[in-house]
Amino acid sequence: MNFPILSSLILLPTVGALFLFFTKDKEGNNVTAKYVALFTTIVNFLISIYLWISFDQSTSNFQFVEDRTWIEGFINYKVGVDGISILFIILTTFITPLCIISVNNSVKNRLRDFLIAILIMESFMIGVFCALDLVVFYLFFEAGLIPMFLIIGIWGGPKRVYSAFKFFLYTLLGSVLMLVAIISIYWIAGTTDVIQLYELGIDSKYQNLLWLAFFSSFAVKTPMWPVHTWLPDAHVEAPTAGSVLLAAILLKMAGYGFIRFSLGLFPVASEVFTPLIYTLSVIAIIFTSFIALMQEDMKKLIAYSSVAHMGFVTLGIFTLQQQGIEGSIIQMISHGLVSAALFLCVGVVYDRMHSRMINSYGGIVTIIPKYSILFMLFTLAALGLPGTSGFIGEFLILMGAFKDNFLVAVIASLGVILGAAYMLWLYKRVVFGKLVNEDLKKMFDLNRSEYLILSCLAVPTLFFGFYPDPLINTIEVSVTDLINMHNTNIASK
Amino acid sequence: MENLNLVLPEIFISLSIMFLLVLGVFKKNSSKITFNLSLFAILITAIITINETFSVSRETLFNESVVIDSMSSLMKIITLIGGFLVLIISSSYLKTFKIYNIEYPVLILSSILGMMVMISSNDLIVFYMGLELQSLALYVLATYNRDQLKSSEAGLKYFVLSALSSGLLLYGCSLVYGFSGSTNFDVISNQLNSNDYVLTFGIVFILVGLAFKISAVPFHMWAPDVYEGSPTTVTLFFTMVPKIAALTVFIRFLYVPFLNLIDQWQMIIIFLSIASMVFGAVAAIGQTNIKRLIAYSSIGHIGYTLAGLATASNEGIQSSIIYISIYVVMNLALFSCLLMLRRKDHYYEDIEDLSGLSKNHPLLSFCLLVILFSLAGIPPLAGFFAKFYVFKAVLEQSMFFLAIVGLLSTVVAAFYYLRIIKIIYFDKENDKYDTDHSLWLKFSLTVSTILILLYFIFPSQLIEVVSRINII
Repeated sequence: MNFPILSSLILLPTVGALFLFFTKDKEGNNVTAKYVALFTTIVNFLISIYLWISFDQSTSNFQFVEDRTWIEGFINYKVGVDGISILFIILTTFITPLCIISVNNSVKNRLRDFLIAILIMESFMIGVFCALDLVVFYLFFEAGLIPMFLIIGIWGGPKRVYSAFKFFLYTLLGSVLMLVAIISIYWIAGTTDVIQLYELGIDSKYQNLLWLAFFSSFAVKTPMWPVHTWLPDAHVEAPTAGSVLLAAILLKMAGYGFIRFSLGLFPVASEVFTPLIYTLSVIAIIFTSFIALMQEDMKKLIAYSSVAHMGFVTLGIFTLQQQGIEGSIIQMISHGLVSAALFLCVGVVYDRMHSRMINSYGGIVTIIPKYSILFMLFTLAALGLPGTSGFIGEFLILMGAFKDNFLVAVIASLGVILGAAYMLWLYKRVVFGKLVNEDLKKMFDLNRSEYLILSCLAVPTLFFGFYPDPLINTIEVSVTDLINMHNTNIASK
Repeated sequence: MENLNLVLPEIFISLSIMFLLVLGVFKKNSSKITFNLSLFAILITAIITINETFSVSRETLFNESVVIDSMSSLMKIITLIGGFLVLIISSSYLKTFKIYNIEYPVLILSSILGMMVMISSNDLIVFYMGLELQSLALYVLATYNRDQLKSSEAGLKYFVLSALSSGLLLYGCSLVYGFSGSTNFDVISNQLNSNDYVLTFGIVFILVGLAFKISAVPFHMWAPDVYEGSPTTVTLFFTMVPKIAALTVFIRFLYVPFLNLIDQWQMIIIFLSIASMVFGAVAAIGQTNIKRLIAYSSIGHIGYTLAGLATASNEGIQSSIIYISIYVVMNLALFSCLLMLRRKDHYYEDIEDLSGLSKNHPLLSFCLLVILFSLAGIPPLAGFFAKFYVFKAVLEQSMFFLAIVGLLSTVVAAFYYLRIIKIIYFDKENDKYDTDHSLWLKFSLTVSTILILLYFIFPSQLIEVVSRINII
């Protein structure tokens, strides 16, 4: 048996958290705590890069598989990666250290506890993307609620209690039905092992109900219209690092779940419910874009833009075309980078002025030019300008959509225009225009750590915008195989 | 000649009770030594139980009126461990209220004896004898802090209502006896068939009486008042130990004498289960006193345990037993925390008293965090697995309605557990509490929290122990 690289990826942050747990929480110790957390997450990032390098792109089989008996005769602890999941793991390990660097400014008290929560969160998130057993997946998926609830509730803004409760209960409500479905799958198919289930297939008469149960969970988490209302609240109240994790990674769990489980396990039902997904996605894209236009609060605007972007993702996944699914995955990765960066950008000005309202800013381009340039870059990436990663994703999704359903694709394309409208208008109101407030002059430009974080995010955004091949090569075989499997399942029905 | 070794635990514990009573009469100021000796007695009893009965698959004694099988020995051991832990963490609480007397351990021992008889009973009369022995001891325990109005009220309430339910139970037993001509469970099982409608009344009366003992909705009314009024350590005892015995008897009744009448009782159990889960979750939301809240939450948890019983399968029974075992551990941990909320001889019981606990007592709050999330059934904590096994068994029988209602009520229940966590972690801090707790209290809290937290690493062991129980 080879070195259990995936388990160590999952466990390492927890070990770091344990280490922090047993150190004394003194004010002077905070710096050390931060370095410990940073060190752990960077090591984890390096391991995941090593994972990517040694990953074999020519096969769609699961690699680095670990399979251990966990509950006798029932559940195996089974993890493994294929082309789809590996990118999400790298996204997670890449975003987490940046979050930890960013806590300097946004988290004032109980820093050590905050870092513990983030590290535990990282473990669970990586676990979600590696899990190859439905129960193991559910375990990680649900367990993530605990640290996120605390992150929003303890370190959040004024309405944090309401938001934390809403986040927790919404997600839990969606997930319990998934639990029913998972146990039912066990009794129907005799296993919860994803690879075996791919081979066995699930009787098509059960698929619709099971699909709906999984959908209830993923739709809340994605979030899809009309169950998206927890997201703006959670984003607005969460501290910057929490918003970043939420937007960049937590939302991707659902998109990943749609690809891995809804498409993979229930091909027939996916076909049946495609119109539902199309409708909800299109509503999400158009409707939430309009809502985003109306927002006064920067974080809320970005939160609604996330809903719209995730609308593109769900649309792309259920086109069931090579381009659509690849586009969705790239859109998710890109949105992970860009939305993280945008929340950090909001965090930067919030730390200085303690306001997230758009109308309290204006004309800051001359005061903080470096910030304005980077903010510009991410704004453009968010609206999908060619040359940024956002473009590749949206373009591929729309290409897939045009192949499948012309009308939907046309409406979705309108969403791109709306996206450009609200992002550019946001940028214009915040950065350009007249200087509205004399206090703004006291703002200082990006400090070293902020500069570092934002450039770390800018590099891949641009790089993958011009040269998306590394991403596409990684996912291509897996996606092709997924679609072939889907088509054979449909044909054999 | 009967093999008396099999009932050696009962014999030993009866002798210990008598000895301790005599000791208490003749020796002045013997509280401490009685406490220690009774702990010792429980320990020995547990060891005897493991030695003599654990490997027995099924034996009957005394004209088949007592049965020793894997379920009875396992449940006896859990009962004994529960009793042991309650006694061990009681002393400092009792000393504060100046009720650190010899009667307390003796009463606990007698109720444990009653429960052990109940657990092993294979006969209506033996069962009733055990039930009354434990109940009488429990009435006295509820009023144990007799100078407090609430405690006396709790005891009286418990006595009156419990006597009523015992009456119903006896009436049901007499009906069943009338139809089957025997008090022996196995004989009843062979004699009964579902054609007699009056017999259904008998079953209903018995089930009502038992539902009262485990405080399932709609026979739960006594629980919040009694739990609130009794001394905290006695409340702990109430929430853990009698439930184990009552659950065992429940299983025994349903699956031995009434096995052929599944159609008659299954709907009743499903109703009790759903009503308890939903009511326990909804009613707990408005509570301000922690002990009352625990009462409602325990009603909810009993609902999940009953869901396992309603499946009429071995797997369901096993999952119920796993559920109750994990619940005992969580309860112990929760009460250990509650007993730590003390400032200068005053124990605090309101949820508001937990406000901002995490600032001054980070470790205690962390334990509470783990316990509460586990009670809410969030993975990867032990409470999730308890629910998981139950719903696995429920779904095996395709009882989707029960499973979905149950899981939705966990979401409602999550709300009030989250509310406590919110008060601990998000609210303004109170004054500090005393930290000079007894070593045993700290020990029980630490061990139980670690068990809850790390259960997911070794989930198979518990299943292995429980999987030997095959009633059907």
